[in-house]
Amino acid sequence: MTATTLPAARASGFAQKAPGATSEIIFRWACASAATLLLATLSGVVISLAIGGWPAFHTFGFQFLTSTTWDPVGEVYGAAGPIAGTLITAFLALLMALPLAMGASIFLVEFAPARLSRPIAMAIELLAGIPSIVYGMWGLFVFAPWFAEHVQMPLMMAATPGSWLETLVQGVPNGANIFTASMILAIMILPYMAAVFRELLLTVPAQVREAGYGLGCTPFEVMKSVTVPYVGQGMIGVIMLGLGRALGETMAVTFIIGNAHNFPKSMFDSGSTIASTIASEFAEASSPEHTAALIALGFVLFVITFIVLAIARILLARSKR
Amino acid sequence: MYKKFIIAFAGLAVAGAAVAGDIAGAGASFPAPVYARWAEMYRASTGSKLNYQAIGSGGGIKQIKASTVDFGASDKPLKPADLQGAGLYQFPTVVGGVVPIINLPGLAAGRIKLTGAVLGDIFLGKINRWNNPEIQSLNGHLKLPGTPITVVHRSDGSGTSFLFTTYLSMKNPEWAAKVGGNDAVQWPVGLGGKGNDGVSAFVKQTVGSIGYVEYAYAKQNKAAYALVANKANRFPPPVTASFSAAAAGAKWAQAPGNYVLLLDQAGPNAWPITGATFILLHKNQTNAETGASVLKFFDWAYKTGDASALALDYVPLPAPVKAQIRRQWATSVTSGGKPVYVAK
Repeated sequence: MTATTLPAARASGFAQKAPGATSEIIFRWACASAATLLLATLSGVVISLAIGGWPAFHTFGFQFLTSTTWDPVGEVYGAAGPIAGTLITAFLALLMALPLAMGASIFLVEFAPARLSRPIAMAIELLAGIPSIVYGMWGLFVFAPWFAEHVQMPLMMAATPGSWLETLVQGVPNGANIFTASMILAIMILPYMAAVFRELLLTVPAQVREAGYGLGCTPFEVMKSVTVPYVGQGMIGVIMLGLGRALGETMAVTFIIGNAHNFPKSMFDSGSTIASTIASEFAEASSPEHTAALIALGFVLFVITFIVLAIARILLARSKR
Repeated sequence: MYKKFIIAFAGLAVAGAAVAGDIAGAGASFPAPVYARWAEMYRASTGSKLNYQAIGSGGGIKQIKASTVDFGASDKPLKPADLQGAGLYQFPTVVGGVVPIINLPGLAAGRIKLTGAVLGDIFLGKINRWNNPEIQSLNGHLKLPGTPITVVHRSDGSGTSFLFTTYLSMKNPEWAAKVGGNDAVQWPVGLGGKGNDGVSAFVKQTVGSIGYVEYAYAKQNKAAYALVANKANRFPPPVTASFSAAAAGAKWAQAPGNYVLLLDQAGPNAWPITGATFILLHKNQTNAETGASVLKFFDWAYKTGDASALALDYVPLPAPVKAQIRRQWATSVTSGGKPVYVAK
């Protein structure tokens, strides 16, 4: 990015225009070095993760991604369980949080009276300020038991043996599973998504909206055909922000997901995510192989995040057309 | 420009560490509360500070090997060959125990009896109901329900897991062959809780579950623990006296590198899942003064720290073991061929 913008700015002669040319040059270089530093840090992280994780990739090859065996005693590492857990929880969380974030921000911008909208907006922002460990503890001690007693148990009791519902809801009835972890994640990514979406909706010019009403549209029709399409591209940014955070969230998930390295077999099965596995095992990983496997996991998470962002870019480019 | 930065940072780091008599250590989280308490008392009486970071046993081993700390701490003793290879010396400080905790409504603490072999089968998933004949035959006095057993283990690597799984390996051949003993293992069944808190929360929330926690934690939380048969086939209660009995029975004098596991010790009153936590030091100290400060601190702790350790539910080492360790210091930790500290 920097490499393309810098010569362009120089070619336009922007820096030469002003009489205080020195400060312009300093400013330009300060910005350029900030961007370069960022890029260098990023590539430094990727490279060190790749080097640190190389022994694991070298030893296990493609099996590292497909095997579900995670055996620190036998020094055999396969990351399929945590990878699946990461993707499932992140997408489930997104699925739950997106409608809520959209609903909340549309209400705040379009319908709520100012007296109501400010407190709600503040409450949503407050959610973002709560440290993730608090969500984890709350999830473990308050939410999981409640969920187990009032949702999981009744569902497990109601499911007829052998039915698809039974396969979906089987597990230990104590609330520590993929689904509750996703719900906690959804609560955690909600404020970011709602806040950005709200900002987006606020950028819709009043005239555009009024024009819609002028044509005799109902509020729902204005929403559907004018406001939301107007911010359509930004939506992808909202989704990516939520997804990116959900993919990497560590502490809260570690507390509530049940931390079983196997491939999750049902919604209410215990699982693990890449981040939770690293957080759990890094402090006590004394063998070089174990450490390498955990760093390799970090690299995989990096790649997953990168792929997700790349897909977002492609979607964005396509919607621009 | 970069050089300047590095020099500035190095300067800061040295300034922070160079106060006379200050010691930096890192490692196991299990003994962190008692080390913190000792450090506080030590500072009050001598003015010297001890900075201990509870980063986990694996971290402690790594940090001392990299010489970024004055001493490392680990719940898992290093094997003599590893010590030799890294030029390290280790000695124990305090003892603790691991107790199985269960959730069976109506069952009080210490009522149910288990053996290591049965525990192994439970954690392997082979015994999956409480009224299994093998459990029932050990507990003729109880009418056990057919509740399914949910296994809860630690999700984070931990010295507690190391002691528990190593014990299972000693008592259950199938466990030894399939899983083994380590601070992180591939658990055949069950779910993992983060820390003692996580395990105890899941056990509390799940009827029919069994987990394992540090003794101090079980005691403070009044968890319903199970009794485990020891080598003498007796069922001592998990109390400090039983851990002391295990520590006293161990053959410290014959152990090269102080590599002693207190698991499954002989003696009628020894709690079977007991373990000591260890301090790691470089055998050859580049700075004699640093080595001396560390040993001086632990010498002080051996002499005056027992009461405060007991108050925090840690078990002090038996007096003969302490005496033996203190004698070792003169020959085991040297600088330029001379002992850095001789305990008097």
